[in-house]
Amino acid sequence: MSVRTLEVDGRTITAMADQTIFSAAWDNGIRIPRLCHLGGLPDAAACRLCLVEIEGQKRLQSACTTKVAEDMVVRTDTPALQAHRKLIIELLFAERNHVCSVCVVNGACELQTLAAELGVDHIRMKPQYPKLPVDVSHHRFGIDHNRCILCTRCVRVCDSVEGAHTWDVAGRGRNSLIISDLGEPWGESASCTSCGKCVQVCPTGALFSKGKTVAEMRKDRSFLQYIVTAREKRLWIAERKPR
Amino acid sequence: MSKKRLATVWLGGCSGCHMSFLDLDERLLDLAELADVCYTPIADVKEFPHNVDITLVEGAVANEDHLRDAKKIRERSGILVAFGDCAITGNVTALRNLFNVEDVLSRAYRDSMIVGGVPEGDGIVPKLLEKVLRLQDVVAVDYFLPGCPPPADVIFQFVVDLIGGKTPAVTGRKFGS
Ligand code: SF4
Ligand code: SF4
Ligand code: SF4
Ligand code: FES
Repeated sequence: MSVRTLEVDGRTITAMADQTIFSAAWDNGIRIPRLCHLGGLPDAAACRLCLVEIEGQKRLQSACTTKVAEDMVVRTDTPALQAHRKLIIELLFAERNHVCSVCVVNGACELQTLAAELGVDHIRMKPQYPKLPVDVSHHRFGIDHNRCILCTRCVRVCDSVEGAHTWDVAGRGRNSLIISDLGEPWGESASCTSCGKCVQVCPTGALFSKGKTVAEMRKDRSFLQYIVTAREKRLWIAERKPR
Repeated sequence: MSKKRLATVWLGGCSGCHMSFLDLDERLLDLAELADVCYTPIADVKEFPHNVDITLVEGAVANEDHLRDAKKIRERSGILVAFGDCAITGNVTALRNLFNVEDVLSRAYRDSMIVGGVPEGDGIVPKLLEKVLRLQDVVAVDYFLPGCPPPADVIFQFVVDLIGGKTPAVTGRKFGS
């Protein structure tokens, strides 16, 4: 695999040709804000938090889906990008019903943490207070759409890691909703294996384990690295070789 | 130079932000050195005074009294701070915005075996607004101090900065805890 040399925030870095800007920056200790990207899952560029400026390009590009290129000059943290990211965070808060103080992941939420890091101390737009369902029909887990940011991590992990494809996105724009199977209650889903992977990758309190109350839910993603590494090294396939 | 006049107000909140304010403990004495605390629910002052330099407002705007008071407080304050998540986002106070006010009252009073009826009577119980509003929805807000509640250390630094005429450093403050 060939190597590319590029400049990110004034630093010269090298990366593999098939790496994204996000992952090349990450390898060099440059943390680009993100909500939908999660290492080990295919990318969807759903949240737009990771947008970066690339010299010579008018449009901002999502770092999680744009590949590095030779002599590329990238800026990840300009005042314009910071303002842009603040706006996205505020819109996410305004769009649904987030009440951090009574949330299962209070203190360990990626949206809450990012808001603080970006200096979001109030929401400029009017909150929408949409009426949204909470589905607790599954025997172990629940989904609270009030806290869903439509990042689709759950959809992707269930499809590409668990192989069940229970989740999908129904509707468009502000009416989008994460659904299980064809819209039946999660507890009645024929495809769900109850593995809990979606719950662990969800960045917010939208997906949670039953029995967890305020600030008790903590997400454990160690399984993801384990599975993805094993898959890359073809560990299971090697084991099944004919003796 | 005369001391800055500081006030704190309790609107539609649980008083948790004021509890956190009380957690300043002996630093309350330092604060009293730095500023003239001219109005606060912790002291017995009936009427919100004129010419207040800095006012911290806890709580959302949930009823007609809050609405009237918020406007009066804004007029009489130099710097107005939305103090805590309820003032800033509506937070727990605004959970009822998912329902209409009559249903909320019924659930709390009419359906309740204990209370038996919605408390009414002229000027005794203020009428609830149709929707809980954020402080910024009814008056101009100068600064926001998030947290449910904001920790005492943060409150102290924030207020000391304001008294000193500085823009408070708000970095790293979270909604919730
Ligand atoms: S999901 Fe995160 S941002 Fe939303 S209410 Fe819970 S802690 Fe707050
Ligand atoms: S529990 Fe597993 S199978 Fe069920 S929806 Fe979540 S990821 Fe898919
Ligand atoms: S439920 Fe969680 S993981 Fe799924 S889209 Fe919503 S926020 Fe993302
Ligand atoms: S992290 Fe790249 S678009 Fe969400």
